[in-house]
Amino acid sequence: MTGMAVDIDLHCQDLVRRFGSHTAVNQVSLEIPAGSFFSILGPSGCGKTTLLRLLAGFDRPDSGDIMIRGQRMNDVAPNHRPVNMVFQHLALFPTMSVGDNIAYGLKRRKVPTAERQRRIAEVLEQVGLAGMETRLPQQLSGGQRQRVALARCLVLKPTLLLLDEPLGALDLKLRDQMKVELKNLQKAFGTTFVYITHDQSEALVMSDRVAVMRDGRFDQVASPEALYREPATPFVASFVGDNNRLGGKLLARDGELAQVALADGRSVSGRLADSGHHPTPKIGDRAELFIRPESLVLGAAEPGHCTLTARVRATLFDGANSRVEVEAAGERCYVRLPQDGSVPAPQEGSSVTLAWEPQLARVFAAEAS
Amino acid sequence: MRSTGRLSLWLLLTPFVLWIVLLVLLPHVQMLRVSFQVRESWDTLAFGVEQYRNFFTESYYWRTFLRTGVMSLFTTLITLLIAFPVAWYIARLARGRAKGWLFLACLVPFWASELVRTYGWMILLRESGLFSAALQALGWADEPVEMLYNDVAVIVGLVYNGLLFMVVPLVTTLEGMDDNLVEAGYDLGGGHVTVMREIVVPWAMPGIVSGCIVVFMLTLGSYLTPILMGGKDSAWFTGQIFTQFITRFNWEQGAALGVLLLVLSSLIVWLGLKLTGQSLRKVMG
Repeated sequence: MTGMAVDIDLHCQDLVRRFGSHTAVNQVSLEIPAGSFFSILGPSGCGKTTLLRLLAGFDRPDSGDIMIRGQRMNDVAPNHRPVNMVFQHLALFPTMSVGDNIAYGLKRRKVPTAERQRRIAEVLEQVGLAGMETRLPQQLSGGQRQRVALARCLVLKPTLLLLDEPLGALDLKLRDQMKVELKNLQKAFGTTFVYITHDQSEALVMSDRVAVMRDGRFDQVASPEALYREPATPFVASFVGDNNRLGGKLLARDGELAQVALADGRSVSGRLADSGHHPTPKIGDRAELFIRPESLVLGAAEPGHCTLTARVRATLFDGANSRVEVEAAGERCYVRLPQDGSVPAPQEGSSVTLAWEPQLARVFAAEAS
Repeated sequence: MRSTGRLSLWLLLTPFVLWIVLLVLLPHVQMLRVSFQVRESWDTLAFGVEQYRNFFTESYYWRTFLRTGVMSLFTTLITLLIAFPVAWYIARLARGRAKGWLFLACLVPFWASELVRTYGWMILLRESGLFSAALQALGWADEPVEMLYNDVAVIVGLVYNGLLFMVVPLVTTLEGMDDNLVEAGYDLGGGHVTVMREIVVPWAMPGIVSGCIVVFMLTLGSYLTPILMGGKDSAWFTGQIFTQFITRFNWEQGAALGVLLLVLSSLIVWLGLKLTGQSLRKVMG
């Protein structure tokens, strides 16, 4: 506690939005501090777009409150909210030049012409498109259009900028480049960003905090690193980053370590996940152990490590991301294959020993499904 | 290989060329020639501009000409104002089967000929018609009301005839508009009027202009509706062309009036395209 209250730009309390019998957004509460980059990560159909549309004002919640800087926004029309949105397909006005696209919002606020010109030139400079005022959106490249869409919103200095997977339409290389650029722009402008995506890499790279959403609810809200290292639910463990899942029954508990008996009778161990969000399994319950590909060591087991023999199915060479596909206890697993020569590539069909530090594996109660 | 390619190209082009030459170019060139012929006596012809001079000196001609032009423009505007909300509903609000049914409803009147449609209006509007009877039954009128044979009746009939040709291009352009464009318009601070004026109308402009061109040309060149529904004071220019050709058997004068009508419609369409900054290729393509 620093004693100084952090400004909260967006506060949502128990938001609910139903479509017929389907609850798209289910009791979602969140708090976003001013100036931060907040991502909502989830598979398609998880309700993240609906949530964003509630924030923008295109849709109304069935219950719950949306507060922006302490002001209740539920009944405020989209054109009167201090919120702007970058759409998935950008929605630049095709009949207007870049300058007119940016001027549109300023004109609505009755900013005088001279001041308007100055601010347009300034924001274009900031996004790296100085002097492009007279171009038409159709004449720009994908990355440039992206920046115009951002400039069109940022010039209005919104309290909250909503971004609806705007990088989805770009090719991979440009997307990687834009991720970094978007993060830098967010820092430079100091605007609070709410970014929704189904791409976990986008969320991890850019965000200060990430909410993982599933079936209309938040499974976990945490920093990218915490999500990766301390997933709160089996869904987060499997959705964020690559992970291997081994299913079985909980055999024994020793403090925070748990032993899981796999389908073929062998037992492995890992650390029990925090019980805050997800029920802790009891002895004899079905349980799942998650272990990351980079935490698995091929061949050399150190004392205290837990081991498992597996059969090599294939070696997947992908530079620094090279992996070995193995079959262990009837399940398919991936092991990172370091390319520094420390481990020779195993033969297909051969038998290998996988070893890991139990502290790096997570054990959850299996989800009823 | 090359010669077969050329042959098939010519085979494909032939109907088009025949159509253009025989049905469009030839009659118009002929009409243009006839319009400049002056009949000196029963068997001698000279060339001159007498028919055109008649048009400008005889006020009845050019007054009707102007009236037809202005009323056609007015009809086009009203058709646009009525068709836009209809097209908006069909393109953006109606879903699935409702959309098909609404389109069909716009098309149904065109299963009957223009003559039958016009008589339909006459049954409703005439002195002994349905509207008149209803007004009397409600006690809003003491005696039969004649609603036919005036300019309003003519415009009602013409708007009805043009509606489909305005709705179709509007629906086509509005259907192609991304919902997000409208939402972005609101999101950046625009109200309903701003979004309509700055985003929807500019987007729909090709459809608006192409619908207006078609409706304007149809209206300007229509004959039955203005003749049947307009009174003796509601003269329409096509009626005068008909009189010259058929009643007066004055083909030279009729041809001159026909050429003038063509010039008027071309001029107004050209002006419309210039004013809205559209090109014919974009609008019709």
